[in-house]
Amino acid sequence: MTMKKRKNKSIYLMLVPIYAFTIIFVLFPILYMILLSFLSKAEVWGVVKEVTLDNYKKITEPLYIKTFLDSIKLAAISTGFVVLLGYPFGYFMAKLSKKWKRRMMELIMVPFWTSGLMRLYGWIIVFRSNGTLDQILMGLHITKSPLKLLYSYEAVVVGMIYALMPFMVLSVYSSAEKMDWTLVEAARDLGATKFKAFITITLKQTMPGLLSGVILTFVPSMGMFFVADLLGGNKIVLVGSVIQEQLTKGRNLPFAAAMSVVLMLLTTMLISLYKRVTGSGEMEGLV
Amino acid sequence: MREVILDLQDIKKSFGKNEILKGLNLKVHEGEFLTFLGASGCGKTTTLRIIAGLEMPDSGQVILNGVDVTKKEPNERDVNTVFQNYALFPHMSVEDNIAYGLKLKKVAKNEIKKRVKEVLSLVQLEGYEKRRTTELSGGQKQRVAIARAVVNNPKILLLDEPLGALDAKLRHQMQLELKKLQKSLGITFLYITHDQEEAINMSDRIVVMKEGQFEQIGTPDEIYNEPKTSYVAAFVGDSNILTGTVKECAEDKVVMEFAGGTVMAQAKGKSYKEGEQVVFSIRRENIKLEDHKDMPIKAVVKEKSFAGGMLRIVFLVSDNIEIVASRQGINYNLVPGEETEISFASEHVVILNQEM
Ligand SMILES: Nc1ncnc2c1ncn2[C@@H]1O[C@H](COP(=O)(O)OP(=O)(O)OP(=O)(O)O)[C@@H](O)[C@H]1O
Ligand SMILES: [Mg+2]
Repeated sequence: MTMKKRKNKSIYLMLVPIYAFTIIFVLFPILYMILLSFLSKAEVWGVVKEVTLDNYKKITEPLYIKTFLDSIKLAAISTGFVVLLGYPFGYFMAKLSKKWKRRMMELIMVPFWTSGLMRLYGWIIVFRSNGTLDQILMGLHITKSPLKLLYSYEAVVVGMIYALMPFMVLSVYSSAEKMDWTLVEAARDLGATKFKAFITITLKQTMPGLLSGVILTFVPSMGMFFVADLLGGNKIVLVGSVIQEQLTKGRNLPFAAAMSVVLMLLTTMLISLYKRVTGSGEMEGLV
Repeated sequence: MREVILDLQDIKKSFGKNEILKGLNLKVHEGEFLTFLGASGCGKTTTLRIIAGLEMPDSGQVILNGVDVTKKEPNERDVNTVFQNYALFPHMSVEDNIAYGLKLKKVAKNEIKKRVKEVLSLVQLEGYEKRRTTELSGGQKQRVAIARAVVNNPKILLLDEPLGALDAKLRHQMQLELKKLQKSLGITFLYITHDQEEAINMSDRIVVMKEGQFEQIGTPDEIYNEPKTSYVAAFVGDSNILTGTVKECAEDKVVMEFAGGTVMAQAKGKSYKEGEQVVFSIRRENIKLEDHKDMPIKAVVKEKSFAGGMLRIVFLVSDNIEIVASRQGINYNLVPGEETEISFASEHVVILNQEM
C-alpha cells in the first residue's frame, strides 16, 4: 500500500517536466492564439486591446468560406487517394517476412532523412515543363508536347499524397501487424470466401489504423500550404496559405489567429468523431 | 461397419526443408471420436489444418465423404474447427460469433435466432447472446467456440487442444460434456490433445503420432494394453521398457532371460528365435511385489517417493537396470537398500516391435 503510494508519487514527479513542457509550449500558445483572435488589428503592426468578434465575422465572407471549402475538398481528395494506395501497402507489408518488413520500413523512412521542402523541389523538377516526366513521356512517344503539369491541381494532389502516404502506411501497418490472423482462418473455416473474410474481419480489425491514418492525413493536409504554393503556384489558396499570408504580408495577427482557431475546432471535431467510431482514445500509429 | 467419412491418403507436407508430415494414411468412420495424441511439434495441428483446408499438402489426397477435397478452399469443405486459441471474433457479440456461419449460408433471420438459442443451451450458456466475447471466462470462450462450430452442423468437427487452457477441474468437467455432446449430435470428432488421460477417457480410437508419422492407431484399450512400439508404451501411461534375450519360444509363450532371471510373455502369434534380443514393456502398476506366481527376480530398493497420490518405488536389478513400480497408497514397508524380489505376470508383459 505505502510502497504503491510512493511509487505513484515518483511517477508523478517524473511527469512534472512533461506537464511543464506541454503547458509552456502547447497550452500557452493556444490560449494566446485564442486571446489574439478576439483582439483588433493595429494600424501598422501588432494588436490593440479592443475586444471584438470582427475577425470571426470576416471568416464568414464568401472568399474565406470558399478557402475553407477548397481546403477541405483538397484534403478529402488527397486523403481518398492516400487511403486507396496506403491501405493495401500497409496491409501487405504486415504480411511480409520479418526481414522484408524491416527493409520496407527502411525504405519508408529514408525520405524523412531529408527536409520535406527539398523533396517538394524534387517534384518541381519532375513536373515542370520539359521536366523529367515530360521527357520520359515524350521519349516514349506517349505525349507530343509538354503537359504543363506543374502549377496544376493534379500536381498539388500528387505532392500531398507523396507527403502524407507514409503516415497512412505506417498506421495501417501497425494495426495489421497486431492483427490475429487466425481470425481470418476462423472466418474462412466457417464458410467465408476470401473477400467476405476481408470485409467482415480484416477490415474491421484494421479499422482503427485506417481511421487514424485518415486523421493523420486529413488534418495536416488542411494546413500544408507550402505544397499548394510550390506545386500549385498561386492558383490554389488553402486555409494554411491564408493564415501565412495574413501573418506576413497582411500583418493581421488577430485574423490569422481566428482562422487558426476555426481550423483547430474542425480538427478537434474530427478526432472526437474518430473516438466515437472506434470507441477508444488511443490512436493507432501515434503511440 | 459405419461409413468412412474421411480418408487421408499418403499425406505429405514440408515447411522449407523440414518434412513435417511423412505420408499419413487414415480412415475415419462416421460418428467416431478420434484423438491425435503426440508430443509437441509432431504435426498434429498441421494434420488438422490440412483437413480443414487451411494448409495444402505437398502430396496425397483428402477424401471427405467420398469427395476429393484436397484442392478445395476451407469455405468449400463441410468441416469446422475449434481453434487452439478459440479465435473468437472480438468485434462481435456471442450471438454474432455463433451466427457468422449461418449468415454466410443465408439462413433466414428467425431460423438463425432459433438455432443460436438452441446451441447456446446445448453448451449451457443460455442468455449470453449479447455478451462481448472479450468479457467471457476461458471456459465460456471455449463453449462459444464449440457452439460457433457445431451450429453449422458440419460432417466433421476438428478440435485443436480445446481444453488446453483450462484448469484441471474445469477440464475434467468439459471432457465429460464434450463427450456427451458428441454422442448426442452424432458428429465425427477429430480431437487433438497432449493429455493421455483425456485421450483414453474420451476417444473411440487414438492415433499416436511421432515426428510426422502415425505410430499406432487403435482403441484406447489396445493403445494402453498392447502398445506396438516402445514410443507408444512410454508415451501412454508409465511403462518400463526393457530388453531381454529369447530362451525359448513355444506355442503361445515366449521365455526370455532378463537380469539373471526369466520373464514370460505371450507370443501373440509371432515367433521368436532363440538368442534374439527383444524389447518388452511392463506398466509400473503391474509389477508384482509379493505373492509371486511367476519366477521372481532379485531386486534392491533404490528409492521410494510419494507423488500425485501414488507411491513410486525404484528397484535396481542386476546389470544396474532400473525398474519403477507404482502403487496406490503409501503403506509399503519397503525401505531403501532392502533386498527383495519382484516379478512380472506374463499377461502384462508386452513385446514391442523393434524400432528401425
Ligand atoms: N507455417 C509454418 N511454417 C514453418 N514451420 C511450421 C509451420 N507450421 C508448423 N511448422 C512446424 O511444423 C512442426 C509441426 O507443427 P504442428 O503445429 O503441427 O505441431 P503440433 O503437433 O500441433 O504441436 P503442439 O502440440 O505443440 O501444438 C513444428 O516443428 C512447427 O515448427
Ligand atoms: Mg498444435
